[in-house]
Amino acid sequence: MRAYIIRRILQIIPVFLGILIILFMIIELSPGGPMGNYIDPKMRPEMKEALAEKFGLNDPPVTRFFKWIGATLQGDLGQSIKFLKPVTEVLRPMIGPSLALSSLSLLLAMLVGIPAGIVSATKQYTLADNSLTVFSLIGISMPSFFFALLLLKFFSVDLGLFPLFGLRNPLYNAPNIFAQMGHMLWHLALPTVVLGLGSTATFMRYTRSSMLEVIRSDYIRTARAKGLAEKVVIYRHAFRNAVIPIITLLGFWIPALLSGAVITESIFGLPGLGKISVEAVMYRDYPIILAINAMLAMLTLLSTIIADILYAAADPRIKYN
Amino acid sequence: MDTVKTKKVRDVRELSYWGSVFYRLRKNKMAMVSIVVLALIVLACVLVPMLSPYSYFVTNTDNKQMPPSVEHPLGTDDLGRDLLTRFFYAGRISLGIALIVVVLECIVGVIMGGVAGYYGGLVDAAIMRLCEMFMSFPFLMFVITVRALFGNSLVVLVAVLVLLTWPSVARIVRGQILALREQEYMQACEALGISDFRRIFRHLLPNVLAYVIVYATLGMASVILTETALSFLGLGVAPPTPTWGTLIQEARSRIVLVQRWWYWIPPGLGISVSVMCFNLIGDGLRDALDPKMKR
Repeated sequence: MRAYIIRRILQIIPVFLGILIILFMIIELSPGGPMGNYIDPKMRPEMKEALAEKFGLNDPPVTRFFKWIGATLQGDLGQSIKFLKPVTEVLRPMIGPSLALSSLSLLLAMLVGIPAGIVSATKQYTLADNSLTVFSLIGISMPSFFFALLLLKFFSVDLGLFPLFGLRNPLYNAPNIFAQMGHMLWHLALPTVVLGLGSTATFMRYTRSSMLEVIRSDYIRTARAKGLAEKVVIYRHAFRNAVIPIITLLGFWIPALLSGAVITESIFGLPGLGKISVEAVMYRDYPIILAINAMLAMLTLLSTIIADILYAAADPRIKYN
Repeated sequence: MDTVKTKKVRDVRELSYWGSVFYRLRKNKMAMVSIVVLALIVLACVLVPMLSPYSYFVTNTDNKQMPPSVEHPLGTDDLGRDLLTRFFYAGRISLGIALIVVVLECIVGVIMGGVAGYYGGLVDAAIMRLCEMFMSFPFLMFVITVRALFGNSLVVLVAVLVLLTWPSVARIVRGQILALREQEYMQACEALGISDFRRIFRHLLPNVLAYVIVYATLGMASVILTETALSFLGLGVAPPTPTWGTLIQEARSRIVLVQRWWYWIPPGLGISVSVMCFNLIGDGLRDALDPKMKR
């Protein structure tokens, strides 16, 4: 087991290095290069020189690449061009809201999607199954930004139940930490539903097809023949095996949620990684862009390993090799 | 009546592989309805210059912000352009981009996956690591990064979407080829001295095609969603050209969101319905191609 984990971690090193090289090349190859936004055609050559010197752009690309990697490994992600602060300082306050939004959506997807999938599978071809299937189809087909606009129109504007924008109201003074949390959750409610809709539908579809497969296996017939209650058969015997493929899905889903939060955060004006990356991209703030892309790529690679390990832990039939 | 029935059964047995696939697909009502709906949308998008008396770009400010009426079934926008006409022109771009991206990603994916699966060893390892790299990028963030740095042209949009999506096709193709390579008819190919090229393209790929077609249909759905989301954020297709995403972008203004539903609800439904159709056809095709997988 330990050897397997170590080998998997060693395997991702070349992949991660490749990702860093691609990211670095994209910035280098872009028209205007890393300084594209700062060079005014009227600028005097001395000024250009000074700027390049200031950002350390005078070394050859290979040297800069290794400098960047060396610094990154030491936790120094460079200086943000837009905010004139270290990238880590700019990004640190953004991680919280993004993580909160993604984990709430994931929670919603698991708490709604998995039970709905079980109901759908155990009551196949009934009214309940058909309506859940239609719901999941809408969930994977409706664009999240359109769903967000519909929710904003009906719940925020027409009914006035939820705030339109942001993570907290600057005028609101919370009496204690719980009120503050509640206030933020109230702001996060619609974004969570928007980001969670697609995931809920996907989790439902996976659970349904996985359950249907398991329910047909011989050991379930045996369990029923023994006279076990249907509840015990479904939740004790069938669900345990059906949930294994969903663990793999979970591993892929966390990074996908963080990336998908770009749209949700932009629409709802939440100060998270997605929103700041859109801003950084508009401003060509490449240290921030590089840092976010590299960070999420690393997270994806790690999640895949964790999913594989959990998968093997949940199913003793799987051997490490 | 009886004779008709027995004839039908015999027909099925005599059908070719693809014939039997379409026979099973025809029995899937949802998929058939989706094909008809999608065909109507595509037809309207293609024929819109002939069907509509209005232009999608000529403005008419005397006639702006009109709610739906007989002359303008979906109303007009801020510049007095007929929104129904713009809806179908936008559909052309949204569906067209999706088609181009899916075709290209399948071509690249089939070639890379075929080479990896057939030759194995170092080539396989190299291609699979490359797949892992592209699949690890945070999808939307990587796309907006490239879009912002390389500009708003259509070529860049298509290129970056293809770059990020081909690995999925390559992995499907590789997996199938790995399984097929061990079968006896491949040994026969070897014994007969058939060239590598012919073995891959004549004997292996046709067997993989079914999986690629299912993937491509579902891929259309996801590319439409990605392109419209990018256009909505202002990072997709540049404004004078309408796409369903840029039409919905209007609703980012509060007054449009609240008071002028005809600006943004129809394109939103347009995306949802076409994506749903592609999903249903993809699911239907998957069931039809492999009756064992039917649930």
